[in-house]
Amino acid sequence: MNWIDVGSIEDVPLRGARLVKTPVGCIALFRTDETEVFAASNSCPHKGGPLSEGIIHGQKVTCPLHNWVFDLNTGAALGEDGQIETFPVRVEAGRILLDGHAVGKRSAA
Amino acid sequence: MKQKLVVIGAGMASGRVLEHLTDAEPDAYDITIFNAEARGNYNRIMLSPVLSGDKTYEDIVTHDDTWYADRNITCRFGEHVVGIDRDAKTVTGENGTVAYDKLLIATGSAPFIIPVEGKDLPGVITYRDLDDTNAMIKAADKGGKAVVIGGGLLGLEAAAGLAERGMEVTVLHLMGHLMERQLDEAAGYLLRRDLEKRGIKIITQASTAAILGEDRVEGVMLEDNTGLEADLVVMAVGIRPETRLATDAGLEVARGIEVNAQMQSKTDPDVYGVGECVEFDGHLFGLVAPLYDQAKIVAQGLLGETGAFVVKDVATKLKVTGCDLFSAGDFADAEGREDIVFRDPSRGIYKRLVIEDDRLIGAVMYGDTADGNWFFGLIKDGTEIDEMRETLIFGPAYQGGDTADPLSAVAALPPEAEICGCNGICKSTITDAIAEGATDLGRLRAKTKASASCGTCTGLVEQLLQVTLGDDFQMPAPQPVCGCTDLTHEDVRRLIKSQALKSQPAVWQELGWTTPNGCHVCRPAINFYLLADWPIEYKDDPQSRFVNERKHANIQKDGTFSVVPRMWGGITNADELRAIADAADKYDVPTVKVTGGQRIDLLGVKGEDLPHIWSDLNKAGLVSGHAYSKGLRTVKTCVGTDHCRFGTQDSTGLGIRLEKLLWGSWTPHKLKLGVSGCPRNCAEATCKDIGIVCVDSGFQIGIGGAAGMDVKEVQPLIQVPTEEETIAVVIAVTQLYREHAKYLDRIYKWMAKVGLEWIQEQIGDLDTRRALVDRFELSQSIYRKDPWAEQAKEPPKFAPLADLTLEAAE
Repeated sequence: MNWIDVGSIEDVPLRGARLVKTPVGCIALFRTDETEVFAASNSCPHKGGPLSEGIIHGQKVTCPLHNWVFDLNTGAALGEDGQIETFPVRVEAGRILLDGHAVGKRSAA
Repeated sequence: MKQKLVVIGAGMASGRVLEHLTDAEPDAYDITIFNAEARGNYNRIMLSPVLSGDKTYEDIVTHDDTWYADRNITCRFGEHVVGIDRDAKTVTGENGTVAYDKLLIATGSAPFIIPVEGKDLPGVITYRDLDDTNAMIKAADKGGKAVVIGGGLLGLEAAAGLAERGMEVTVLHLMGHLMERQLDEAAGYLLRRDLEKRGIKIITQASTAAILGEDRVEGVMLEDNTGLEADLVVMAVGIRPETRLATDAGLEVARGIEVNAQMQSKTDPDVYGVGECVEFDGHLFGLVAPLYDQAKIVAQGLLGETGAFVVKDVATKLKVTGCDLFSAGDFADAEGREDIVFRDPSRGIYKRLVIEDDRLIGAVMYGDTADGNWFFGLIKDGTEIDEMRETLIFGPAYQGGDTADPLSAVAALPPEAEICGCNGICKSTITDAIAEGATDLGRLRAKTKASASCGTCTGLVEQLLQVTLGDDFQMPAPQPVCGCTDLTHEDVRRLIKSQALKSQPAVWQELGWTTPNGCHVCRPAINFYLLADWPIEYKDDPQSRFVNERKHANIQKDGTFSVVPRMWGGITNADELRAIADAADKYDVPTVKVTGGQRIDLLGVKGEDLPHIWSDLNKAGLVSGHAYSKGLRTVKTCVGTDHCRFGTQDSTGLGIRLEKLLWGSWTPHKLKLGVSGCPRNCAEATCKDIGIVCVDSGFQIGIGGAAGMDVKEVQPLIQVPTEEETIAVVIAVTQLYREHAKYLDRIYKWMAKVGLEWIQEQIGDLDTRRALVDRFELSQSIYRKDPWAEQAKEPPKFAPLADLTLEAAE
């Protein structure tokens, strides 16, 4: 693991999402609770809807285009045949840490 | 040799001790009993019927001379005890000293005398014993005016008795409602009403300043300088334990004589106390039930057995003929407590049950107290009432067997029983409406308003439909908002209003959401309901909005957005068009289209460009057209009298005025308006949510049009003569729709549920109309703003996150 600090949790609105540009494309960070963040692909496998613009509820996000619902723990679409990629993410002392290996970034060191 | 027992006080408690004792072991003690009153034990509770003339003293004597004689009890009635010597173990009365092995103090209580000037005047009496009662009876014989100070149990019984005997009675009560310790406000109100009906005047929040009179009482003066004439003043403000003898004997006394669970004085185990004079575990006792419990324990103790006294809940009944009230347990409002309330105003019936943790903890009843003891039993036993909750308030008759049927309870209600408390609708009004064709909940609500306010009686109303229509009634399967709750939109709206829920967490919590914070279905709906009902208190939550309303632009299938600036009434000019053209160039807008709402749509704008294009458009005076919102979209107009040879009114001008008033407001679904200058209807006003067709004599306003999945023509709402009135009606109907409709119902769907007549009634009533307009204006003071300008000028609230692609390139 190679944890990279990508920003403060306070810069993601509660039950909102923000994007991080990475070598593997835009990754959405979903803040599901005060100190809980999930990282997943921003693109809905159905018609490519921007998931970061969806409504976030519980540990799930609903795609704004056609209401596909994804479990952010697993990336599985609920009741549909589909899957989004999820990425390891941690929150430490209010900072959001993404795993650099998983997002295609080599260690800065 | 027999032990000696001396009893001080011949009241109900000591009487019961002697019964137990002599029944169990007639020869255990040599008993002497003192009593200050010149008589033995009588049922003090029944003094009120004696006062009112329903009973005589003889009727209420419990232990007569023969009773004492049969048990060889030495009676020293009418003799005051002057002292107790615990070292010598003697009691001294006015006529001599007697020795004891065991002593029972049962001195009862003394009335509390408020320390005001004139309290000792002749004609001022308390209400405690038979002598007081006789004094009142004697005074009442002369007629005249009586003032009773104290609106508690005793005071009201005295007042009722005196009124019965022909006196003009006024009750002064310090608190806001009568019997505040036993009754809640609603029951207190009914009691007051009943007492006033029998001619008793009640003054609450009345603080007595002085009792007036020269040689005897002549009147009462209140703190607020109200003067009342009085030939008799009865002080019934409360009692305090009579503890003087105990204190003098060096026994531990707090408010009452302190005793242990065996009713022995904490200071001296040979001295027992019983009744109103004792204090146990911080409690004083005024009602008869615990006194009898204590009496049993004392008798056991005297016989060498050990019992233990436990404090239990007590129930109160008022002994005033015609005032039927009952109260038991705890009925104060508190968190986690629920109420079941039944009211039948025409019969003066009120019942309230207080439930906590599926158990009945309090009951207040007025008018019909037949089930009081059954409820009291449930309270004392802590019975789980979950199973019978639906029929609980109807009493034990409806709890027969395992299958308690709420329908039979509803069927058994009298026609005048109130079903809907908010709107005061009784059963017969509802059944009549059903007979006249209101055969579903929606129509019934529209016709009678039953269950149309707080909605808590919805179940009852549906049961009435079921009972009245039998198999013809299909209980509608309630459509819950979403999987997070079983409640319908209508339920949620009503509960938000009636429980004053002002935040989403409050809704989730109070209404028992099964998910931590809702879902994409309920969140936008709840967000709308809250901001529509509490425009000032509730803050709009962007995270509960569909992306279009959060971004203030319409998301397109490729993730780009469309931007539609507002064109008031469809009117634009060269400068605005130039700004739109410049913006289209600058942001590489691939498609520019004229919309059906008479404006221009810029399609294909990238999300990150939005604030910039808004800012550019703002500079030319263009604001958001809300083409993305569940809110006011457009007011489509024709050219009206300005240019058209058929135009009857200034339809363009009216459309612009309406749009400037309504823009920015959120509604349950999109809201489109049209104003046509004549019945040729070039603005297609008759298929808009609200459409206005101008005619020579004024303005025809219709609602409920649509041209979407359903095509609907507007229904005529009202015709009004002036533009001003048109504007008021349009605003009022918009606000009514905002306050009542289900989220995502357009006006035609809402109208089908509540009925056009109901909407017409609301709008037709000028006070209601004005109130709706005022509430809309209040809400618009927050929401009549350009979200584009707000977002463009505001610095980003959230700092950008890291760009890992940039880092990688370095």
